[in-house]
Amino acid sequence: MLSGTVVVAASFAYLLVLFAVAWYGDRRAEQGRSIIANPWTYAMSLAVYCTAWTYFGSVGRAASGGVWFLPIYLGPTLAMSLSWVVLLKMIRISRTYRITSIADFIASRYGKSHLLGGLVTIIAVVGMVPYIALQLKAISSGYSVLTGSDDSGVFPFATASWFNDGTLYVALTLALFTVLFGARHLDAAERHEGMVAAIAFESVVKLLAFLVIGGFVTWGVYEGFDDIFTRAYANPELAALLSLKTASSAGYGGWFALTLLAMLSVIFLPRQFQVTVVENVNEQHLRRATWLFPGYLLLINIFVLPIALGGLLYFGQGTVDPDTFVLSLPLAHGERALALLAFVGGFSAATGMVIVETIAVSTMVCNDLVMPLLLGTERFKRSNHPDLTGLLLGIRRGAIVVVLLLGYLYFRLAGEAYALVSIGLISFAAVAQFAPAMLGGMYWRGGTREGALAGLLAGFVVWAYTLMLPSVAKSGWLDRAFLDYGLFGLEYLRPEQLFGLAGLDSISHALFWSLTANIACYVIVSLARVPTGQEATQATLFVDVFSRGQDAPATFWRGSAQIQDLQPLVARFLGAERARRMFESYARERGVTRIDDLKPDAGLVQFAETQLAGAIGSASARVMVSSVVQEEPLGLDEVMDILDEASQVRAYSHELEEKSRALEAATAELRAANERLTELDRLKDDFMSSVTHELRTPLTSIRAFSEMLLDDPKIDLKDRKRFLGIIVSETERLTRLVNQVLDMAKIESGHAEWHNTDIDMRELVGHAVETTEQLFRDRGATLELDLPDRAPHLRADRDRLLQVMLNLISNAAKFVPGDTGVVRVRLTCETGQLRVDVTDNGPGIQPEQLGVIFEKFRQGGDEHSRPQGTGLGLPISRQIVEHFGGRLWVQSKPGEGATFSFVLPLPPEAGDGPDRAMT
Amino acid sequence: MAKKILIADDEQNIVISLEFLMKREGYEVSVANDGDEAARRIRAEKPDLVLLDVMMPKKSGFEVCQEVKSNPELQSVRILMLTAKGRDTEVAKGLALGADAYMTKPFSTKELVERVRSMLAER
Repeated sequence: MLSGTVVVAASFAYLLVLFAVAWYGDRRAEQGRSIIANPWTYAMSLAVYCTAWTYFGSVGRAASGGVWFLPIYLGPTLAMSLSWVVLLKMIRISRTYRITSIADFIASRYGKSHLLGGLVTIIAVVGMVPYIALQLKAISSGYSVLTGSDDSGVFPFATASWFNDGTLYVALTLALFTVLFGARHLDAAERHEGMVAAIAFESVVKLLAFLVIGGFVTWGVYEGFDDIFTRAYANPELAALLSLKTASSAGYGGWFALTLLAMLSVIFLPRQFQVTVVENVNEQHLRRATWLFPGYLLLINIFVLPIALGGLLYFGQGTVDPDTFVLSLPLAHGERALALLAFVGGFSAATGMVIVETIAVSTMVCNDLVMPLLLGTERFKRSNHPDLTGLLLGIRRGAIVVVLLLGYLYFRLAGEAYALVSIGLISFAAVAQFAPAMLGGMYWRGGTREGALAGLLAGFVVWAYTLMLPSVAKSGWLDRAFLDYGLFGLEYLRPEQLFGLAGLDSISHALFWSLTANIACYVIVSLARVPTGQEATQATLFVDVFSRGQDAPATFWRGSAQIQDLQPLVARFLGAERARRMFESYARERGVTRIDDLKPDAGLVQFAETQLAGAIGSASARVMVSSVVQEEPLGLDEVMDILDEASQVRAYSHELEEKSRALEAATAELRAANERLTELDRLKDDFMSSVTHELRTPLTSIRAFSEMLLDDPKIDLKDRKRFLGIIVSETERLTRLVNQVLDMAKIESGHAEWHNTDIDMRELVGHAVETTEQLFRDRGATLELDLPDRAPHLRADRDRLLQVMLNLISNAAKFVPGDTGVVRVRLTCETGQLRVDVTDNGPGIQPEQLGVIFEKFRQGGDEHSRPQGTGLGLPISRQIVEHFGGRLWVQSKPGEGATFSFVLPLPPEAGDGPDRAMT
Repeated sequence: MAKKILIADDEQNIVISLEFLMKREGYEVSVANDGDEAARRIRAEKPDLVLLDVMMPKKSGFEVCQEVKSNPELQSVRILMLTAKGRDTEVAKGLALGADAYMTKPFSTKELVERVRSMLAER
């Protein structure tokens, strides 16, 4: 056993160390060399989540429910990894609008409502009081374990009459300490660097202490994890603890409820809001904390089961309160120093929680409860005290003391009936009521003040009825009758089986009903009315905080204000010197040298209000600022106009971007079109040049021979005849050329006339062959014809197709050798198309010429033997075939003749008989 | 000794007419039907004058002209270019490549004969 003096001395020594850390942190902050501006400190300060409840209570919970203690830590791990975006948004919103507490957050979001801020504050206070009581209980029970005389019996809490007062002293000491830490001076941002440093330090201490005790139990008392778990499994009662089945006595619903509860708590507990959001110095730290903090939780939970099982194995069940195993195990083994270390760890966890929680709650009480009431009194309005900083500090300090004393009161009232964890869960369930208004406020524009009020009120009332009152009743301070028989004797109003919902543990039951009532009221009441201008303004500022950017808060304000009014106003709450410095730096930002030169515009009012909001809350700041400015309130329509304007500007710039993109595309298109035109121009030029050449060539011969015949009448008859023959044939060539050029131009420009009729290709091919028979007879070549028995008709221009056939056959005739020449013309029916092949046994076509013979004025064949032609026959033929949807091509190998082929598609109904054709 | 003239053209009828004209003037005439043959015959026969068509297969008249003018052994060969493409650029190109004269088709037989006569008389 340890003497009370030693324990008290150790505790005070520890508090002194804490104070030194805090003092150092504050000093470094003043010098501008912050020690908390790193992600590790930030993550450690988040670990204020682990209170004495974790430190003592997890072991107790594990001892009675096995792994049932886990959801409380799984929740935050899930919350950090899943919803860090939500946290980031909260941080951004709070920083941008100088929000310093959850009450302020909700009040500000729903139109800077005093009523809401007050309600949230009351819920927070009522909800946190049991939690603070829990810490007091932990310290006092720890103290009695350490100093108690009976080391084998159950340690009753707070029964020795002298220590009843002792717990009160503990509460008062913590109050004093909290005042020193958190309410020494006013800060517009409500930031407490020293406190954060101390909290981070405490987190390290409690973790180390717990790990040391865990190590001692695991390896000192037993022989490692294996040993403990092997022994536990040997004991059927303990083995049951380790099974998930028995552990989840309330079923998976209970697991879910607890995990959800813990998820919401780690975000919305006032102290978590304080360290996560208000004390955050850099948004980047949050990213690191999302895995550091869960890591911390994992570490501090490693030894929970070994200590719980070790305690149960050592003491046996029902002899020693498992909540105290952390202390009683070292004590039982005579390790007094270790026990003292364990106590300091638990003390550390408790003080950390109490300090941050009461600072957070006192800020709310001051800004959202007392100030609005004070501002409303006639006396305050009449008094024109120039400096109210003292008053503000006084209110906060008073609030801290009152909250702690309330905690003590609850400890006296209910502390004996409940284990640590149960008390904590009551608080968690209260905090969960903030979730709908908070989350809805951040992501839903439609939430209104009345909706939030209704939701919070409903949730709070249900929470009080189903959880808070039963806890008081079970402690014997209220008649238990309503617990068993329901209010007014109505069974369905039994607080723990509301509307007959049974089979859930009391926490899940309360959480289910309170959140259901909360969300339903919030949504339904919000939907009942369109948000007012003020609400819509704030909704937009909150929901769109990321897209609006930090440096340009939209101002939805119209009116005029004088710097001569605003500066004294800010000075009243923040002190004259601080106010002057603030306005000076604001003036510098605006590029003005003197404060008096500041333009009395909306931005200035906004600035003054934001500064005030940090000190007295946004709702109070609103009231104070409106008392000195002549304001014309904005209606919803006007706010919407301003918003519309902003969105119109966005839409306009978006449109501009679109247009410039379209312009670029159009430019590219134009450039391409221009290139195409230039190319066409060049092609036309080439064509004209080729035509010119082709026309001049026969003209040259004609002119030369005509002149020769004219000049020299004595040319002998043989030459004369020959020359005249040449003239005639060149004239024919010219005629043909002119016709074909015109033909080509017509087809290419689309002006050609097509006289489509039903065509029997057998007849057409036969006709073409007959027409050219004379040509073959002249050359002594043979023409073979190969026709199918019947061929489906197709629709085309007969003359044009005949032109193609004649061109192909006469081309072939020109190229075949005189005596041995053979040209075979073949018509075949293929599926869906007709095919014509014209095969010759001429010299064939060089591979490099295969492509070019279809170009205009490119004739194939050897220049010596090349027959006369215009070089337009094949291009025109190809155009005609393609006009009817077909294809014309050539296959040839030099020396092996050539085959010109074309196919023409048949109409879909072709071959179905004449009936179909008739219809 | 009669002057030698090479007629280089791929149009048979034009060759016939030119051959008739030149022979009537008493020149010794040989014929080439494409650019390659023309270049070969010029190197081999060193004619006094070439009637050179521009648009010929295998080698254009421009190429032949350039080849001849860059060969010192063929300094004495005169070139009269004939082309059916009457654009100014073609004329300028031919002259730039060293052609001694240029006539567009269809030409006047009288003018052609006179031009040939004067070109051969210049030396």
